[in-house]
Amino acid sequence: MKIIKVIVTELCVASLLLVWSMEAPAVEKAADNYRTYCTQCHGLQGNGKGINVRDMSVQPRDHSDAQEMSARSDDDIFKVIKEGGVAINKSVLMPPWGDVLSDEEIHGLVAHLREMCQCSYGK
Amino acid sequence: MRLIKLWIAAIMLVGSSIAGAADGVAILNAQCSDCHNLTGPAPATLQELWSRKGPDLFYAGNKYKAAWLEAWLQKPVRIRPAGMFFADHVKPGADGDEIDAATLTAHPALFAPESNAVTAALMALKGNPDLITGGAYTQGNLSLSSGEMLFDKFKGCLACHEIEPGYGGLSGPEVFTAAQRLQEDWLVSFLRNPHAWDPMVFMPNKHLNDADIRKIIDYFRLLSEEVAQ
Ligand code: HEC
Ligand code: HEC
Ligand code: HEC
Repeated sequence: MKIIKVIVTELCVASLLLVWSMEAPAVEKAADNYRTYCTQCHGLQGNGKGINVRDMSVQPRDHSDAQEMSARSDDDIFKVIKEGGVAINKSVLMPPWGDVLSDEEIHGLVAHLREMCQCSYGK
Repeated sequence: MRLIKLWIAAIMLVGSSIAGAADGVAILNAQCSDCHNLTGPAPATLQELWSRKGPDLFYAGNKYKAAWLEAWLQKPVRIRPAGMFFADHVKPGADGDEIDAATLTAHPALFAPESNAVTAALMALKGNPDLITGGAYTQGNLSLSSGEMLFDKFKGCLACHEIEPGYGGLSGPEVFTAAQRLQEDWLVSFLRNPHAWDPMVFMPNKHLNDADIRKIIDYFRLLSEEVAQ
């Protein structure tokens, strides 16, 4: 009897977990989000030379450029990813991604960019 | 004797056109479902997005214009310069990333009777009906150039879409044929919220208002007319 109860509760917990994991939108890895949403402009290697740049009037940032990237605070980088270039008085060609990426995923991208430039704010 | 022959021919014609509608579904299931999702839902994870081999067709009847479908299926030409997912078809080059044409394959083509039957079957696929408002688009008589300014400059759409062959961005579909291909009411809905149709798509939501959306759709019409000339 006890064993059956345990099994039943375990089944309940398992199905609850299943439902939960199905409903929560997946948190994707930063490198995967970068590949999907950013490399089309910033380039497969993050050098600012993606396939879309040919006819763009403002060129995307080179994310491996430590000098440029260290001039921005993490808060500004978060903001520009979530709300787009215009939010920090930059080009409208840098799109807003807040409708596809969660805040958690955007924080992940900020950390990913810091790895790519091997830099932090001010250095 | 002559009459009987005619009679038989007439019966065969009627018979084949009835068979046509049914065949359309059969062809879709046999020749198209490997690459196209005919039942939904759209990808919900990046893994699913990356493994998508062709555009989702489960809402084809709410998205495409039948006349365009029927013609394109017989003579398919490329719409997405860098394929379904650009990263699979791009390689680093001396001056930056470039399209790796060798990785792009030609789309299978159908003969006219099959295309006719498949078009009918596709137009019956009406996924996401709740996202469509019939008559949402009304043709504007505004200066078409305001749509051009929005698309090319103020909203940054040009970054990912070509507005004429060889000019514009490459990761998204060309838009100079959009007016021939796409139903206006679908465009209204998609431009209002692309992720309602395709949650993971790598197009941003630019929060266009209704007036902007109409001007942009008018601009697509202008582009199609230019390309047709
Ligand atoms: C449609 C092309 C495009 C896409 C896609 C894109 N960017 Fe950008 N990005 C730009 C452009 C253009 C600039 C330069 C803006 C300027 O200098 O005014 C830029 C600038 C930036 C900057 C620097 C802002 C600054 O000046 O400090 C960051 C950080 C950035 N992008 C991150 C990202 C991330 C992360 C993604 C993916 C989630 C992404 N971008 C996707 C075009 C794009
Ligand atoms: C090998 C994979 C493959 C097969 C098989 C295939 N398609 Fe496609 N289909 C694609 C790809 C990739 C595209 C995008 C083409 C482009 O953008 O240039 C596409 C585009 C389309 C489009 C245009 C949709 C849009 O939004 O641009 C239609 C309609 C279509 N296919 C119908 C069919 C039908 C009907 C069949 C079966 C007879 C079929 N396809 C078989 C891969 C395939
Ligand atoms: C960062 C790149 C990017 C930007 C910026 C962008 N798009 Fe898109 N767009 C895409 C992608 C990717 C798709 C969907 C591709 C698919 O169906 O396979 C798309 C699809 C579309 C479609 C449907 C096309 C079709 O043939 O199915 C239209 C219309 C469109 N975009 C208009 C716009 C407008 C208007 C803007 C500016 C407000 C814009 N796009 C900005 C990438 C972009």
